[in-house]
Amino acid sequence: MPLYLDDDQTVLQDTIRDFVAEHAPVSHMRALRDADDATGFSRDLWKQFAEMGFTGILIGEDQGGLGLGHVEAGVVLEEIGRNLSPSPFLSTAVAAVAALKGTGQAERWFPGIIAGETIAALAIDEGAKHRDIVAMTAERSGNGFKLTGAKRFVTHGHTADLIIVAARTGGSADDTDGITLFAVPKDAAGLTANAERLADSSLAARLEFDGVAVDADAVIGEVDAGRTPLDRLLRAGRTGASAELLGVGGGAMDMTIGYMKERKQFGTLIGSFQALQHRAAHLYSEMEVARAAVLKAQQLLDQGSERADEAVSVAKAMTALATTLSVQEGIQMHGGIGMTDEYDIGFYMKRARVLAEMFGDANFHADRLAVAAGY
Amino acid sequence: MTDLDTFRTETRAWLAENCPPEMRKPVRSEDDVCWGGRQFTPSTPAQKEWLDAMAAKGWTVPDWPKAYGGGGLTPAETKVLREEMAAIKARNPLNSFGISMLGPALLKYGTEEQKLDHLTKIARGEIRWCQGYSEPNAGSDLAGLATSAEDKGDHYLVNGQKVWTSYADKADWIFCLVRTDKTSKQGGISFVLFDMASPGVTTKPILLISGNSPFCETFFDNVKVPKVNRVYEENKGWDVAKYLLGHEREMISGMGLASSGGNPLIDGAIATVGLDHNGRLADPLLRASIALFEVRAKAFGAMSERFIDELKAGKAHPAQPSMMKYYGTELNKGRYELMMAAGGSDALEWDSDRSRGGAIPRSWLRTKANSIEGGTSEIQLNIIAKRILELPA
Ligand SMILES: Cc1cc2nc3c(=O)[nH]c(=O)nc-3n(C[C@H](O)[C@H](O)[C@H](O)COP(=O)(O)OP(=O)(O)OC[C@H]3O[C@@H](n4cnc5c(N)ncnc54)[C@H](O)[C@@H]3O)c2cc1C
Repeated sequence: MPLYLDDDQTVLQDTIRDFVAEHAPVSHMRALRDADDATGFSRDLWKQFAEMGFTGILIGEDQGGLGLGHVEAGVVLEEIGRNLSPSPFLSTAVAAVAALKGTGQAERWFPGIIAGETIAALAIDEGAKHRDIVAMTAERSGNGFKLTGAKRFVTHGHTADLIIVAARTGGSADDTDGITLFAVPKDAAGLTANAERLADSSLAARLEFDGVAVDADAVIGEVDAGRTPLDRLLRAGRTGASAELLGVGGGAMDMTIGYMKERKQFGTLIGSFQALQHRAAHLYSEMEVARAAVLKAQQLLDQGSERADEAVSVAKAMTALATTLSVQEGIQMHGGIGMTDEYDIGFYMKRARVLAEMFGDANFHADRLAVAAGY
Repeated sequence: MTDLDTFRTETRAWLAENCPPEMRKPVRSEDDVCWGGRQFTPSTPAQKEWLDAMAAKGWTVPDWPKAYGGGGLTPAETKVLREEMAAIKARNPLNSFGISMLGPALLKYGTEEQKLDHLTKIARGEIRWCQGYSEPNAGSDLAGLATSAEDKGDHYLVNGQKVWTSYADKADWIFCLVRTDKTSKQGGISFVLFDMASPGVTTKPILLISGNSPFCETFFDNVKVPKVNRVYEENKGWDVAKYLLGHEREMISGMGLASSGGNPLIDGAIATVGLDHNGRLADPLLRASIALFEVRAKAFGAMSERFIDELKAGKAHPAQPSMMKYYGTELNKGRYELMMAAGGSDALEWDSDRSRGGAIPRSWLRTKANSIEGGTSEIQLNIIAKRILELPA
């Protein structure tokens, strides 16, 4: 499979590019922020996404979805990133769907997700940094379980209808095994969600589980074997976040290059200064390399390749590095105007930092590669 | 089974049978590299055997037409062949400026006679080529070259000096940029080919910081060059020169890719620094530097794949080789900086086994040229800025 978008994927890209740019440009996000919107995204827009079929992008056609892959999901996410559109697409249509796929839970939740009625949140992180640690416990009780513990950085956690929770049914916090994944409905007794507004004005919740009772049929996959759906969730989430980062970094770069072509100082366009040209060209190179890494990860995931996991970590780390450069250079090259709230470039910086942290930052993923390579 | 699967199976079997075991080990020194040419003496019988076997199938240049000594393979088949070679860590059977630089230019701009004559010899490794581009006063500003070619009816009389001519003293022929019109800078250049044994050609080696002497000053004193040896039209050599540079940059960018089989950087670091009780490199900052470097190196691996796929499909921006050259060479310099840091004093030893016969320090020094040769990093950034990002002049 060649490492570029095929014709169908390019058509999809054109469609989604126009759609997002029209319905959810940066001004849409700015308006939500200015209104201090408590949901964090537009449910109406999400409905429109559903009508176009995108909410079921990764769901098989036999289950009512579009039956497409991570490459296509990434095409959507890149445009979401480029326009900084607040959307539950990554958590719901990508990561949650990947976790539920092929399990008994799919039938229960997929129709709502496809219809644009069910929003999913991922309760994975327990510390301020994404780590492979699950300390939260799920004790057997009756014919179900009782969940106790806390999760953080749960995007849409305060509004989600479905919360996917990783909890421990055996072993200790840093064990790989002994994890069970649960699908917890939002109104479960003993669950409290405190939403915090983040730097990029999105909302993420801290969740407290105080002996939350769930039925045995809330288990996603098998008891004690949650690692499998959790890994599917993480690979999809990490790859998706990389694609969104690519959009954020690319959007910031385009704005900056555009600005270099119109801002004059010393009677000449600043884009003619070699000191800036070289930095812009370097930035372009980093973004191109990141783009290749993302597409590689998406293709390998879609092929079910053994090499996918490594490629996913490369993509997540590389996009974090390249996009961080893009937003930093973006502000610097805009000069003073880049520091104003009125101008959009600052929003890119904020969003990039949130996405860089989500599902593991560049250091976390570089470390994973090192461990896998035996050093 | 698709045709491609069949091709893979057959290729795998053929390689298993025909690639000698010695040719499946990493190259240790420059002597191990097969460059072909009239002066070539194989370092081992296996080296010659491998070259001959591959040349007979046209697989030294798998995607060239069969009529010119190539394998006539499709892009997909070529990719399969490279993958299968990488899988057994097969060495490149033939390294050659003819393959990576002149060949593509002749395929596009050469006459049928030039193709039949030169390409077949390149494919078999019979003639080794060198590149006569740079001059003392024309480096980055290559089009400012002064070496003159005077029109003498059926031939040109070439006079002038080239510099940094890699392997000029070992090459059989040169592809050379000459000035045929003094009134136009880029529009007065012609692209000619001639035998280095022609009367009036002399070379003088230049010693490098690596202790090797791979390149020369090259002098031309009334060298007679038949006009049939001019590629493309008179005064339009700059088109050929630029096209060839694109391929040169592509080749040099390949240096940014990790060599197949093992990872000398990681293996080296483990050997010198050791692992702690958690199985982590005992120097945490070195470990972090290597890990973050590996992110970029692996991402660049994907970029190389993408670039080749896009090139083959005609989707790549024509200036994209500049980006590949820039990124790949800067990356490779970074790799060797880390390799030296990981190797510690072992890597400093100029000739010992601990420094792989001095290959580590010499390569480290050699990689510093990656961002100079074939157009400096600064020149590549200029090209990206102007041609891809379309920033104002
Ligand atoms: C190992 C090696 C092998 C080589 N092999 C060959 C060969 O086989 N054949 C051949 O013909 N040549 C060869 N070269 C020559 C090579 O192409 C030139 O060295 C190169 O193009 C740079 O030219 P220069 O050395 O004259 O540097 P200069 O052009 O003098 O550059 C000096 C510095 O100024 C910078 N600079 C120059 N112009 C600009 C600009 N417009 N904007 C910003 N910065 C600028 C450069 O980037 C560089 O940092 C080789 C060089 C090396 C190192």
